[in-house]
Amino acid sequence: MYSPAITIEGLTKRFGAVTAVDDLSFTVAPGRVTGFLGPNGSGKTTTLRMLLGLVEPTAGRALIGGRPYREIRRPAREVGAALEASSFHPGRTGLGHLQALAPQVGVPTARCKEILDFVGLADAANRRVGGYSMGMRQRLGLATALLGDPGIIILDEPANGLDPQGIVWLRGLLRALAAEGRTVLLSSHVLAEVRATVDDVVVIGNGRLVRASTLTEFEDLAVHAVAVRTPNPASFVALARERGWQVEDAPGGFRVHGVDTATVGSAAFAHGIELHELSDAGADLEAVFLQLTGAPAPAGVPMQTGAIR
Amino acid sequence: MKAALVAEYRKFTSTRMWWVLLIAMVAYLAFIGAVLAFSMTVEGDSMSGPVLLSGGDLARSIYALTSPIGYVFALVIGSLAVTGEFRHKTITASLLVEPRRGVLLGAKLLAGIPIGALYGVLGTLAVVATAAPVLAFAGDGAYLGESATIRVIVLSMVVMILWTMMGVAFGAVVSNQVAAIVILLAFTQLVEPIARIALAAFDATSSVSKFLPGSAADALLGTSFYSSLGEGASDLLPQWAGALVMLAYIAVFALIGRYTTLRRDIG
Repeated sequence: MYSPAITIEGLTKRFGAVTAVDDLSFTVAPGRVTGFLGPNGSGKTTTLRMLLGLVEPTAGRALIGGRPYREIRRPAREVGAALEASSFHPGRTGLGHLQALAPQVGVPTARCKEILDFVGLADAANRRVGGYSMGMRQRLGLATALLGDPGIIILDEPANGLDPQGIVWLRGLLRALAAEGRTVLLSSHVLAEVRATVDDVVVIGNGRLVRASTLTEFEDLAVHAVAVRTPNPASFVALARERGWQVEDAPGGFRVHGVDTATVGSAAFAHGIELHELSDAGADLEAVFLQLTGAPAPAGVPMQTGAIR
Repeated sequence: MKAALVAEYRKFTSTRMWWVLLIAMVAYLAFIGAVLAFSMTVEGDSMSGPVLLSGGDLARSIYALTSPIGYVFALVIGSLAVTGEFRHKTITASLLVEPRRGVLLGAKLLAGIPIGALYGVLGTLAVVATAAPVLAFAGDGAYLGESATIRVIVLSMVVMILWTMMGVAFGAVVSNQVAAIVILLAFTQLVEPIARIALAAFDATSSVSKFLPGSAADALLGTSFYSSLGEGASDLLPQWAGALVMLAYIAVFALIGRYTTLRRDIG
C-alpha cells in the first residue's frame, strides 16, 4: 500500500440546481500516471479546480499530501498544474509569462529559460503568446506546471491541440516523470488518447465515480473482438448466426465480438470458409468507457480500437 | 509579500499597455496644458467671459490639471491589473502560485503606488513643460519658484498614486474588463463632472458633491479647476479630509472586491 498523493473524499459541488460533482471519492498514487477520464461536462475540470483551491466544494474535501491546496506554503513547489491552454495574456511573451509567476513559485529567471528549453519553446521564448499555436500553448502550460519542479503534476486535457509527434513526446515525458517517483494526474475525455500513457484510471460520469482501478483491470472489463476478412461473406454470416456470435460490418470484413481467434478459425475451417484475415482486434475499451459513463455510442460507426495502443 | 510585489511588477511591465497608456496620457496632458495656458493668456483679452484667475493662481490651476484631466488614465491602468487577469484567465495561474487571495489583492494595491507615481510624475511634468513657457512668455509668468506652486506640483504627482490604487480596487469590484473601462470612462468624463455642478447647485445636495472622488482629489490638491471656472462646486473639503475620502473609496472598493470577486469560484 502507498500513502496517496491526492485524496478526494466525498467531494461534491452544486451550481444552483445542477450537481456538477456528486460525492466523489478516489485516491491517486505516487510514481504512477493516473488518467482522470469522463465525457465533456462530467465534472473533471470542476474536480481539479476544487483540488487546486480555485473552486470551493459544497461538501467533502480534496487533499494534496494530506492538506488542502490553500494551506500549502509556496504550493507551486509541490504541485504543478496546467488547467487551460488559453489562460495566457496574449501580449506577454512565453518567457514573460513564466517570469511573472517565478517570484511566487520561488525560482529564478534561469529556471524559466531552462524549462522553456525543456518543453521545446526556446526559440519562441521572446515571442508573444498571442502568436502561439494551440500546441505551443499546451507546451507553455506544461512549462508552467513544471516550473517549480513539483512532485505532483496535474494536467487538464494536456494532449488537446498537440500534433502526433507532440503526443508521443508528452507520453514519454509523463512516463519519465512518474518513473522519477512523481505523481501525474491527467484528465481526458478521449480514453484512446491516454491509454498508452496511464497506469491507473479514474472514470467519472455525471459527476459520479464510475470506476477507479488499474488500466489492466479496466481492460479486463472490455469484450475482446476478432477481425475477419473472407471472400465468402454470406457463408460467414450464416456461420456466425448459427453460433450466435455478434457480428458487425467493418471496412473490408467483419468484427466478431466476444470470441477469440481460435474459436472463429476452427469454426471457419470446419465449415470450409476461406479466411484472408483472422486477428485479435483488441479490447473494445472505448465501448466500455462509453457504456460506463452513460454516453450513447455513435450509431453505425465501427469503433476504432487498438489503433492508438 | 515581496515575491507577490515582484510578480505584480513583472505582470505590469511585461505587456505593452503601461507605456501605451502612459504615452497617451503624457501627450494629452501636454496638449491640454499648452492650450489652456494659451487660452488664458494670449487670447485672454478677447474672451467674452470674465478673467477669473491671474498670476500665480492661474499658473497653479493649470499645473494642477494632472488629476482632473489625467485621473482616468490612472484609474484605467489600475483597474487593468485586476480585470486583465480575469479577461485573460491568468487569475488561475496567479492563484495557483498564491492561493491567499487577500495577498494577491494587497500586492496589486501596493504595486499601484510606484505605477501611480510614474504616471503622476511624467503627467505633471508634461503639463508644466508645455504650460510654463507659455505662461512665462505670454502671461504673467510661470511662478515655478513659489512654494505654493511646488506644493501643487508635488501633490498632483501624489494624487495620481491614489487614483491608481482606486483603479485597482475598482477593478476588484467590477472584474469584467469592458464593463470596468466603460464605467470608468462614463463616470469620469460625464457623470461626475455633471454631478459636481448639478449637486452643487442646490443647498440640500451641495455637501454631497464634496464627497465625490474628483472633489476629494481637488480638496487634496487645494485647487479646483471647477471652482476656477466659477460654475459652483467651489466648496471643497479641507485638504486632510480630501485625502481621507480618497483613501476611504480605495478601502471600501478593495473590501467589496475581496469579498465578492475574489471570494467567488474561479472557473
